[in-house]
Amino acid sequence: MPAVSKGDGMRGLAVFISDIRNCKSKEAEIKRINKELANIRSKFKGDKALDGYSKKKYVCKLLFIFLLGHDIDFGHMEAVNLLSSNKYTEKQIGYLFISVLVNSNSELIRLINNAIKNDLASRNPTFMCLALHCIANVGSREMGEAFAADIPRILVAGDSMDSVKQSAALCLLRLYKASPDLVPMGEWTARVVHLLNDQHMGVVTAAVSLITCLCKKNPDDFKTCISLAVSRLSRIVSSASTDLQDYTYYFVPAPWLSVKLLRLLQCYPPPEDAAVKGRLVECLETVLNKAQEPPKSKKVQHSNAKNAVLFETISLVIHYDSEPNLLVRACNQLGQFLQHRETNLRYLALESMCTLASSEFSHEAVKTHIDTVINALKTERDVSVRQRAADLLYAMCDRSNAKQIVSEMLRYLETADYAIREEIVLKVAILAEKYAVDYSWYVDTILNLIRIAGDYVSEEVWYRVLQIVTNRDDVQGYAAKTVFEALQAPACHENMVKVGGYILGEFGNLIAGDPRSSPPVQFSLLHSKFHLCSVATRALLLSTYIKFINLFPETKATIQGVLRAGSQLRNADVELQQRAVEYLTLSSVASTDVLATVLEEMPPFPERESSILAKLKRKKGPGAASALDEGRRDPSSNDINGGMDPTPSTVSTPSPSADLLGLRAAPPPATPAAPAANLLVDVFSDGPVQPSAGPTPEETFLSELEPPAPESPMALLADPAPAADPGPENIGPPIPEADELLNKFVCKNSGVLFENQLLQIGVKSEFRQNLGRMYLFYGNKTSVQFQNFSPTVVHPGDLQTQLAVQTKRVAAQVDGGAQVQQVLNIECLRDFLTPPLLSVRFRYGGTPQSLTLKLPVTLNKFFQPTEMAAQDFFQRWKQLSLPLQEAQKIFKANHPMDAEVTKAKLLGFGSALLDNVDPNPENFVGAGIIQTKALQVGCLLRLEPNAQAQMYRLTLRTSKEPVSRHLCELLAQQF
Amino acid sequence: MIRFILIQNRAGKTRLAKWYMQFDDDEKQKLIEEVHAVVTVRDAKHTNFVEFRNFKIIYRRYAGLYFCICVDVSDNNLAYLEAIHNFVEVLNEYFHNVCELDLVFNFYKVYTVVDEMFLAGEIRETSQTKVLKQLLMLQSLE
Repeated sequence: MPAVSKGDGMRGLAVFISDIRNCKSKEAEIKRINKELANIRSKFKGDKALDGYSKKKYVCKLLFIFLLGHDIDFGHMEAVNLLSSNKYTEKQIGYLFISVLVNSNSELIRLINNAIKNDLASRNPTFMCLALHCIANVGSREMGEAFAADIPRILVAGDSMDSVKQSAALCLLRLYKASPDLVPMGEWTARVVHLLNDQHMGVVTAAVSLITCLCKKNPDDFKTCISLAVSRLSRIVSSASTDLQDYTYYFVPAPWLSVKLLRLLQCYPPPEDAAVKGRLVECLETVLNKAQEPPKSKKVQHSNAKNAVLFETISLVIHYDSEPNLLVRACNQLGQFLQHRETNLRYLALESMCTLASSEFSHEAVKTHIDTVINALKTERDVSVRQRAADLLYAMCDRSNAKQIVSEMLRYLETADYAIREEIVLKVAILAEKYAVDYSWYVDTILNLIRIAGDYVSEEVWYRVLQIVTNRDDVQGYAAKTVFEALQAPACHENMVKVGGYILGEFGNLIAGDPRSSPPVQFSLLHSKFHLCSVATRALLLSTYIKFINLFPETKATIQGVLRAGSQLRNADVELQQRAVEYLTLSSVASTDVLATVLEEMPPFPERESSILAKLKRKKGPGAASALDEGRRDPSSNDINGGMDPTPSTVSTPSPSADLLGLRAAPPPATPAAPAANLLVDVFSDGPVQPSAGPTPEETFLSELEPPAPESPMALLADPAPAADPGPENIGPPIPEADELLNKFVCKNSGVLFENQLLQIGVKSEFRQNLGRMYLFYGNKTSVQFQNFSPTVVHPGDLQTQLAVQTKRVAAQVDGGAQVQQVLNIECLRDFLTPPLLSVRFRYGGTPQSLTLKLPVTLNKFFQPTEMAAQDFFQRWKQLSLPLQEAQKIFKANHPMDAEVTKAKLLGFGSALLDNVDPNPENFVGAGIIQTKALQVGCLLRLEPNAQAQMYRLTLRTSKEPVSRHLCELLAQQF
Repeated sequence: MIRFILIQNRAGKTRLAKWYMQFDDDEKQKLIEEVHAVVTVRDAKHTNFVEFRNFKIIYRRYAGLYFCICVDVSDNNLAYLEAIHNFVEVLNEYFHNVCELDLVFNFYKVYTVVDEMFLAGEIRETSQTKVLKQLLMLQSLE
């Protein structure tokens, strides 16, 4: 019987540990540790050479001190010395010290390479394993560089001991995951697959993990593993419970190996070979059959091990999604678990069913469990189980049960844990929108959400209800009536005031006929809430008031009185004050016609992906996407809600919440008057804030992106670019920081392009297909007028044949403090590498000023994102395998490596981000098409961050060689 | 894949921390505290699984000790739950009725047991017989 007594072998260590444990206070502990450190230091420094035992003991004490949370700044050399000892116990402590401390001191690694090499070559399996474990535990790039070539050899060598093979397989896995480029593929890969047949189950257990990882990266090269895995699995599943002896765990044959094999098979579609497939289906059926058999033991270990295999089997069945019979059986099995007394099983069944719900074969079968799931939502004690129940209800929802599910979720919301309220709110909002048959139900649902959980109703949700009401005139009257009623409640949530204020401002006229909701009543109802609201809401209400003046002229005097009150006109908040002043003036000076134009009803919002959906995805991470995508496939959802269509938004912004209402036409950053971040300015930005701004830019923005026909009035008014073009020879070279400024705009489309003491240039642009429109805002920062102001666009070199830019003339004078806007229409004719130049000249106080910048138009702006499945991606990737089609760059990170930021940048760059393509979730994979008039260039990209080395590897493959290189260079500078 | 293994007592003292992913020392300390905070508030009616950042923790309590394994969200919960038990049975056999103090005094041996059973974040060996035989052999070496 192996048993060890306390600290056997190292008495000094045991005494030290006891002393530490007996310390009554932190101070006493530190004192004892310092005493020990001094002792060890003197021993290490002493003249007398220490014997191996003492060295081991002191190094072990240092390790203990480190693990208590104290810094260790010496002893490393002694630990390294231990590695060359030929005694196992000394070597082991040496390796352990290094594996544990290596994070804090990577210098160490170089010192130990030699010792590891010796141990790997020693032919002593114990030493070899120690060395392999050390490499696997450290797993750094340096280790990979030193040993990646040796380990495959050890793994497949005929004379390697089984335990060494096990360690070598996993050691290689670690190195391959850390730095795949360092592991040479070769003859060994074919032999590794055959380890699935190894006699020793431990070797198979370790090898499957390695093979699974290799398969994910190179599925085609390892296809042979399918049949081997199936036959191995079949032998395990059909064995009697005692056949596998050591590997039978509580009467379950090799549960962990079975799970691993089933996961390996999930790297591939169903086997093509009929015999293999038949054998596999038989295995899956056996597992499902066994689940129905009475348990061989009452122990929970037995049922857990058995069910581990069962759940993995179900995962494989779901992954294949091609065997209706098995899918329905899986669903029935999970249905039984929904009522199991073990919480773990109920939880896992809910989770697993959630994926089953998205299969067309089992969707109906899942729906039959709706009552059990609703019950779980109400009664489960563990919040995470309730959350799974809510997820499942969301996944099984369709038109037939939407009303029931939404009302249950609303009821649940009243008592739900705070932690999950926001998510439930989002889900209810999405379902209500997606399955709304009549929109009055939708409006009621959202208002209920605000009533029940107003604090958790995020901006996205209430913005969305406004979008929908604005876009659907059949519900506007109902919405106005309902919010009016909701506002009657003595205490209503501020979000209700916001929604009410907006809707009445737009559609209050639809209920004004009823004397109970006449204009003055509407106004006084809103105004009764005014003083209790936050600044943002009050600002919104002021906008409602000015809209009322237009809708209901009879309220004008009252409202002007409110605006004129000292509390508004001299409000300490600049936003409120400005609104009051401007609205008051507007209402006094403008004629009814002007007022009616300026304050016209908001135009319909452009349809785009629901911002709520985007928010839920962000909250839940990629895992949630699959269940949600299912909604997309449901064709019936489109007629109701075009917004669910994944229309690629050409506006690239890392935060969808910033442009919820589609009103990106907010004042550009350069405008001093209204901060762009202020949502409320956005809401009415076409109206009173800048009454002279003309038509809503957003409206014309997209519609005018069509190529201008020659006879269109716009083209007549526009100055053809060449006429005003002074030619490259007349303009100075770009300013030194032009490249840096350009870089800032590779992944975004708006911001301040340039600023000095005199001038600020803001830019805002939008691109679609091969067309783009750019607004440039020139702000005079001085108090003196600029004269002869002339900004021009210049095409250096061949660019003229590649990119057409039309500019409109701007006024030659820019008053002090004023801002002028210039519109550029851009058409990409073919791929181009250099951006156009923008030359700005003017006279300031008699002195001529000139300035040349690079215009932020780079090739990637004409990206159109392309979604594709993993298989398609790999197929295309392979098609682009000519050496010149690929461009690769390995570079150091210049910014903190944050996955979210990276994602936002890649999206900003213009490609689609593809989830679940790269087997390594840390990596990013993207695809898109560069649209030019002459040709289209398909682009695939892959970005592999290495957090440990703080490096990235970026690979671009496109059908056109200079494009690969150019995009690679552009993108590499962004991280 | 396993991201880390933690053994903690109810007071939050760490009895083993094994990392299969690079974290700096401050981050490790933060993780240890977070795991303790999420796990200790749960009772027997709760599941043995907790969502944790972008991962999940599979844990089981033995007397005053929490054995926690942090794995990827897509990993098999029950397989890791039983991997914990398998590991505990090995410790129990190896230390002859293991108790918390065994793990304190023999911390350097616990690492050896872990490396026999888990490596590079994967399950390396599951046979108790084989692991114990190997440990016994190592024990006999000088």
